[in-house]
Amino acid sequence: MADGGLWRRLLRLDRRWIFVLVGLATAVPLLFPVNLPVTPTPRVQAFYDAVESVPEGSPVLLSLDYEPDIMAELQPMSIAVLRHCFRRNLKPVILTLYPAGPGLIERALAIASEAEGKKRDVDFVFLGYKSGSQSVILGLGESIRSMFPEDFWGTPIDDIPLMANLNAYADFPLVINLSGSAIADYYIRIAATRYHKPLLLGCTAVMATDYYPYLSSGQLLGLMGGMKGAAEYERLAGLFGDARRGMDAQSMVHVVIVILVILGNVALLTTGGLRRGPGASSGGGSREP
Amino acid sequence: MSHSVDTWIMALLTLCVFSFLYRDNPFYRFAEHLFVGAAAGYLLAVQYQNVLVPNMIRPLGRGNLLPLVPLALGIMLLGRLAEKTSSASRWALAFYVGIYSGIAVPAYMQAQIFAQLADATKPWQPGWGAINSALILIGFLTVLAYFFFSAPHRGLHGASARVGIWFLMVAFGASFGYTVMARVSLLIARVQFLLRDWLGVLPGA
Repeated sequence: MADGGLWRRLLRLDRRWIFVLVGLATAVPLLFPVNLPVTPTPRVQAFYDAVESVPEGSPVLLSLDYEPDIMAELQPMSIAVLRHCFRRNLKPVILTLYPAGPGLIERALAIASEAEGKKRDVDFVFLGYKSGSQSVILGLGESIRSMFPEDFWGTPIDDIPLMANLNAYADFPLVINLSGSAIADYYIRIAATRYHKPLLLGCTAVMATDYYPYLSSGQLLGLMGGMKGAAEYERLAGLFGDARRGMDAQSMVHVVIVILVILGNVALLTTGGLRRGPGASSGGGSREP
Repeated sequence: MSHSVDTWIMALLTLCVFSFLYRDNPFYRFAEHLFVGAAAGYLLAVQYQNVLVPNMIRPLGRGNLLPLVPLALGIMLLGRLAEKTSSASRWALAFYVGIYSGIAVPAYMQAQIFAQLADATKPWQPGWGAINSALILIGFLTVLAYFFFSAPHRGLHGASARVGIWFLMVAFGASFGYTVMARVSLLIARVQFLLRDWLGVLPGA
């Protein structure tokens, strides 16, 4: 190995072998789960405790702002939070600020309400989608009715008994935002800071580190980041959903990636780098994967 | 294996997209174009139903003429399409920027500047928490030093900036770790769908 032959071959490895490895590391733990333990972090525990602290029967404003591209992370979160609210007999009032959100939320509501035996307009209200993100969030502080005159299925808000005394942030003891975008910032600015409402945030893992400072400042009471956060919440709520099912695969792929990063660095240091030549690996074509 | 046509369509399109991992191919391009077309059509329909119908068409039908103002502003924005009428779009844009700034700037200052400054300067936590508070304060000051480019990074300023780089690297590392987790989560969900909803081979399917 004095000429670094093995390491050089490793540096020239066709990246598609890495895709195969990652694919296997994902599929095998899903097919043969070992259910690795999931330990809740203080951030997710705080999220759970905040929901637990709301008096039974209280309304909760739930803004579920995501679309299919990030449903892998936020859909399990939504189902877990909804089921937890239903179990505590809280009354979620749900809305979305994303045009492709309603279909996903309808599905999450169907799963959660069926599992917990809850009924539309009695135990929860789904207001549907409204365009305008920041202006809608601002408007919710003044009048929900002006923003959402009807619910998702076309029932006038005034005909839903659950909405009788609900018309602004002031009427909700808790606001929850599950978001994959800057909408989380708008809720922090408007609902938490301007209207001083206790706010909980669930976001994609990519976003999570950006929102840690708001926990420290008290603008967020709890934070749930990505599939791992959802798995922790499922564990706290005594559920076994898609997030917990996916954690074995998540751990396995992380191990594979860490090993590959170490091997890649050792190879680079041992060989002094590899100039990309005609024989270097490629996915082929002008648009490589 | 699923008997649902929807599931089969979703599974085949997922496989078309995954085929790009081998190399660019017509199946991937078909799925890509189908997605772009379907998404554009869906968004257009949703925006029409959720924006134009309730905010303009219905009020106008009831004799409320106020929506004509935003309609006119919207049409003025389209003035950019021709050089002769492009100046009209500036009025609409100025209106939009003014409204947006009025809403966003005070809220941004309050939530993301003043509240964070107050947090950074609050008394240290007792006990071991003081270490955390100290790290946050040191990180805050040294990262600020790194981004202060009006003076050369020499002497005490340079040393602080170098410490700031370490804090930034740790933050980027944490962010990268979370990013990997996010991307893997997307793959897991697709594999869960293929194995459970389509093939029905996952335990508990």
